[in-house]
Amino acid sequence: MITLSVNGRRREVDADPTTPLLWVLRDTLRMPGTKFGCGIAMCGACTVHVNGVATRSCITPISAVGSAEVTTIEGLSEDGLTTLQEAWLEHDVVQCGYCQSGQIMSAAALLAKTPNPTDEEIDTAMSGNICRCGAYNRIRDAIKQAANEGGVR
Amino acid sequence: MTTTNFSRRQFLETSGTAVGGLVLGFHLSDRWVRRGMAQSAAPFAPNAFIRLATDETVTILVNKSEMGQGVYTSLPMLIAEELDADWERVQIEPAPVDPAYNHTGFGAQITGGSTSIPSSWQQFREAGAMARALLVEAAAQEWGTRARELETETGFVLHRSSGRRASYGQLAERAATVTPPTSVTLKDPKDFTIIGTNVKRLEGPDKVTGRAEFGLDVMLPDMLTAVVAHPPVCGGKVRRFSADAARAVPGVVSVKEIASGVAVIAKDFWTAKQGRDALEIEWDDGEGAMLTTESQRDRYRALTDEPGAVARDDGDAAAALTSVAKTIEAVYELPYLAHAPMEPLNATVRVTGDGCDIWAGTQFQTGDQMAAAAILGIQPQNIRVHTTLLGGAFGRRANPTSDFVSEAVQVAKGESVPIKTIWTREDDIQCGYYRPMFVHKLKATLDDAGMPLAWHQRIAGQSILSGTPFEAMMQNGIDPSSVEGAADMPYTIPHQRVELHSPTEAVTVLWWRSVGHTHTAFVNESFLDEVAHAGGRDPFELRRVLLQNSPRELKVLELAAEKSGWGQPLPEGRARGIAVRKSFESFVAEVAEVSLTADGTPRVHRVVCAVDCGIAVNPWNIEAQVEGAVVFGLSAALHSEITVDGGRVQQSNFHDYPVLRMSEMPKVEVHIVESDEAPTGIGEPGVPPAAPAVANALFALTGKRIRKLPIRMEEAD
Repeated sequence: MITLSVNGRRREVDADPTTPLLWVLRDTLRMPGTKFGCGIAMCGACTVHVNGVATRSCITPISAVGSAEVTTIEGLSEDGLTTLQEAWLEHDVVQCGYCQSGQIMSAAALLAKTPNPTDEEIDTAMSGNICRCGAYNRIRDAIKQAANEGGVR
Repeated sequence: MTTTNFSRRQFLETSGTAVGGLVLGFHLSDRWVRRGMAQSAAPFAPNAFIRLATDETVTILVNKSEMGQGVYTSLPMLIAEELDADWERVQIEPAPVDPAYNHTGFGAQITGGSTSIPSSWQQFREAGAMARALLVEAAAQEWGTRARELETETGFVLHRSSGRRASYGQLAERAATVTPPTSVTLKDPKDFTIIGTNVKRLEGPDKVTGRAEFGLDVMLPDMLTAVVAHPPVCGGKVRRFSADAARAVPGVVSVKEIASGVAVIAKDFWTAKQGRDALEIEWDDGEGAMLTTESQRDRYRALTDEPGAVARDDGDAAAALTSVAKTIEAVYELPYLAHAPMEPLNATVRVTGDGCDIWAGTQFQTGDQMAAAAILGIQPQNIRVHTTLLGGAFGRRANPTSDFVSEAVQVAKGESVPIKTIWTREDDIQCGYYRPMFVHKLKATLDDAGMPLAWHQRIAGQSILSGTPFEAMMQNGIDPSSVEGAADMPYTIPHQRVELHSPTEAVTVLWWRSVGHTHTAFVNESFLDEVAHAGGRDPFELRRVLLQNSPRELKVLELAAEKSGWGQPLPEGRARGIAVRKSFESFVAEVAEVSLTADGTPRVHRVVCAVDCGIAVNPWNIEAQVEGAVVFGLSAALHSEITVDGGRVQQSNFHDYPVLRMSEMPKVEVHIVESDEAPTGIGEPGVPPAAPAVANALFALTGKRIRKLPIRMEEAD
């Protein structure tokens, strides 16, 4: 048994320590909001926060997570939507929506560290997240709006 | 106003499975209901598409799959408009598979070809108008008035002279007893209050909270997960294998050979993948092992030196090519392309004693149903398809062979529990179904004024229809999807001849967002640019002259040129290129503005798009679709390429099959032409002009002509 801290709750999981966090979240803890896209940290669909840092869960074995606090899209807000998610809706960002959990988690980590990011800082933080539907400009606009309205919360 | 008479029986039919179905659902949010929820609860079910409950909820069963193109919002808008529904009470539910939900043009339940809105435009509005008529009649009966004295407004029937009003929910039970009308009258477009407005996605809230359910997220009691080892060479087969090491992986439940490879079934994905890695398989590579991209390209080049099947023959192109002084020639090449939707392919299947349930993000429910029925030897009506959200598709999830669904059915056949079969990204990139590789050879002659006189084009590339159930769409050996946009190029050039070679290969091919236009738009719009420069004419002005008989192309061309500032000076080191294309009955022109970075790679700064897709049902969504289409086109123009060596696909994931990322994203502006024509496609038409607009801009900047995709400046002439 390995103990993880996910969205503020202690979770005991019976899994091989080399198992990527992504698959423990999805298959063991049955939290499918975090997505599988590439398995090699090239697309960002699996992005979660580990101690607040945007982390590709598809290549992060649970043994490396230890007692660190894991936050997923399901735990981004305790009640209702965050300012960031509201901005996402305001700009009607999503198309297929599959990459958006990862996009939002990357954006949330960015704003937590850099409350008023420049275009360049947004590019740096977000270019690890692929959107095949091509919603990049709306993602950028939503991040800027959330920044103007006071960040993630 | 337009009045439509319809066959009541055809229109009203809601079969057993449409009303019944498997109810597993729970309420996810206010606006998007999981399958099967509303069907039994609503007393008023006037047709296959509408369920109206006493709590005022209007549930619309949508028969098209939501893959990002916005149909879960724009199709309900059509019904809500004619129903005069309160949009805030509209929710959607994916339709089950049933003939009542067949595509009006294709005769099967399928989403594709940018046809969802055009093919449903009449059907959905009529469905809404019919439900409205029943509610009005119910109120008339209740109040002892005549129906024609009544009006409707956002979910209410009103009798102005008496001041009476009743909500749709209050009228629902009585409306269910009213005899349906034999004809309905549709609104005059000037009276639209929902169509033509900017409406946000109904499923948006679920997609920003992680609650939206894609195929990969389906979870069922006792479910196991499978991963399949596919042949490394296109068209290969299993010769023999040992599963001992795979079975030794704790959590692996079983290993079995199926038609497409060897399946490992385990308690979860990671265990199944460990099991797959432990398999020892000896493959029979077959003839596919002979295939190499370089030699295939040489073969295709040689083919374009030989006459092919004639797809177009206007005037006498051969004679015109020899009689005039100025002739230009070029060869263009395009690679195989993978669709690479963000959600890897998957399907979950439960085989029971009398039938089978399939949960999948699919574009082709009827095909999947038929394929599963054949594999299991049971009647198609016993196969229930539960459509989830699709994490992108771009054509990949509408396969005439139902490949990934068939595979999942084979895996689950004989198993007592539901099994989710998941493709890895490597499976997705390497295991087939690509946009075909193409070579085009072109010649054109110009008269003394620099105007094109003759255009001769030979195309070599695999047919995507040949050998599939869609083969009937082929005419005289010509796959129209191989020559679309060339065989009907609108430019008034007196002599035009287009010929086609359709070689067969071990590599499997499929439609890819915008299909034949992906290659013909790049080639034809680039070569027309070559013609313009050879004749000393501005590429925009030449197109204007040649499109005098094509007013809708001309209008978007002129609008894109105007909005982009065509002809106005640009900062040093920048240039513009233009392209225009009709596809899926819509018209799109794009002007790209480019520069080269310090290391000489292209950088696209701005793409100005002008779009005519008839009546703009949901303008926000049209803008989003065109923005996204530009990104899709730029990925192919700048980055993506599938190559084969010894039958093995050389790319495997996003590190060597790159797509556009945010840091490369240009500014995209979308200008929609006002129109009162019926709406036409919008999911695909933004893709074709992107690559040629960029390539033409790079020529304007550098004098180097791009004749091969993806663009590599060192390969340009």
